[in-house]
Amino acid sequence: MTTANIILQVDNVDIYYGDFQAIRNVSFQVPERSIISIIGSNGAGKSTLLKAIAGLLKPYSGKIIFKGKDITGLMANKIVAEGISLVPEGRRIFPRMTVYENLIIGSYTPKARRKNKELLNKVFELFPVLKEKSQQIASNLSGGQQQMLAIGRALMSDPELIIFDEISLGLAPLIVKEIYQKISEINREGTTVVLVEQDVRRSLKASEFSYVMRGGEIVLTGKSSALEEEDVKVAYFGL
Amino acid sequence: MVQDFAQPILNGILLGGLYAVVGIGMAMIFGIMRITNLAHGDLMVLASYLSLVIISGLGINPFVTLVIAIPVMFFVGLIVQSALINRVLKKGNEPPLLVTFGLSIIIQNALLLIFTPDAKMLMNSLSTKSIFLTNYLSVPVIYLVDFIIAVALILVFNQFYQKTYLGRAIRAASDDEGAAELVGINTRRIYGIAMGIAMVTAAIAGVLVGMTFTFYPFTGTQYLIIAFGVIVIGGLNSLLGVLVGGVILGLAQLIGAEFVGTGYQLLVGYIILLLVLVVRPQGIFAKN
Repeated sequence: MTTANIILQVDNVDIYYGDFQAIRNVSFQVPERSIISIIGSNGAGKSTLLKAIAGLLKPYSGKIIFKGKDITGLMANKIVAEGISLVPEGRRIFPRMTVYENLIIGSYTPKARRKNKELLNKVFELFPVLKEKSQQIASNLSGGQQQMLAIGRALMSDPELIIFDEISLGLAPLIVKEIYQKISEINREGTTVVLVEQDVRRSLKASEFSYVMRGGEIVLTGKSSALEEEDVKVAYFGL
Repeated sequence: MVQDFAQPILNGILLGGLYAVVGIGMAMIFGIMRITNLAHGDLMVLASYLSLVIISGLGINPFVTLVIAIPVMFFVGLIVQSALINRVLKKGNEPPLLVTFGLSIIIQNALLLIFTPDAKMLMNSLSTKSIFLTNYLSVPVIYLVDFIIAVALILVFNQFYQKTYLGRAIRAASDDEGAAELVGINTRRIYGIAMGIAMVTAAIAGVLVGMTFTFYPFTGTQYLIIAFGVIVIGGLNSLLGVLVGGVILGLAQLIGAEFVGTGYQLLVGYIILLLVLVVRPQGIFAKN
């Protein structure tokens, strides 16, 4: 964590929903080209944190720095243009549009739009099934294929950092395995990955570094390989 | 018997085209933002008066006034959306409805103040011409022109929605606003542009209506109900549905007029609208 360049830095972020403080003084760093994971149970504040990074929420205080630039409070559509892409929980594909259209709208930012053909070919290489079904209406795809489409759409913005929110939720184990393989492939190509999961074992296995959240705070940090599953579970449940 | 009904059927179909143009902008806004723009009819009539002013100033053909009316109405839409509706968009269903209702009242009364309650029409040579097909059947030229423009407009819109980034961005924002933001779409700006485009259709509708029928400061309400009818009957899923919705409404009115007299033709249209609302509230062509 010391030598690599830090691509994303979250400093002392607090987020409130009305009077309720959802995130308490959270700080963490993401080294360039790494895979890190944020682990926590439902309501631990993971999604809130992600929303703040992606620009869907404004932090009450604290700073979010991406590639040396302060992006705190920028609108979501601006943050995509900066190079952060979020694969949202529940996939959130555009159900009435075709697979092709879902992908092509992913490169809406001017920078991505200029190379949309190239990006599309890369996505089709990664997920051949999307090429096969490119003219189908997105809602007709299976759950796993929809998840692939959501990932492909996020990749179409040509991100430097891609965040996966609860990507394995509701998918068969075999599909989850396949998708995790694709994620490490995406990472090998040079994209920094942030995984957000409830599944402790899978997160530790897939990532280099982990942060465990509980009650809106980070309660445990460490190299994923050095963290014991038991310790993580204790931190996770606060036992 | 056949001869009795051939003319109203033909007129009804052609009139349906005009109704589709009246409804298309409102369908768009409802589809994208789930907002019922109660001022849609009045904004359309505003365009009719705008055209009237341009004609009296420049003495040009009503169609040519569109060169000015279209961009003006686009900006009216942009401003209405960004300055008024966007502010209340996140505050539930009623505030946007009330904003458009207020806008409707303001436009109606402003028109009344400026233009008096007298009937106006956009004078043109087409509105009195007919093409005689047989001794019993003729095509009113202005109805035909309305219909052709409606079909052309729907074809252009279809291409716009299917093939352009902007069109796809509008559809994406209507499918899932949050996800649209996440791919880089500024949904607020998209809503502004969408309302601008809806007002372009209102400008076209306003000029066509003004060339086809007389209008008053309060005519907007009548066309609001027609637009509403077109949307309810045709459903929101396709532009073709809007055209078919318009045709069904037009046919219902004119065939109804054959049975119960022209004085009740609007009533017949509303009855059909009510029937559809009761039997198939999702619209005749909706999938589910």
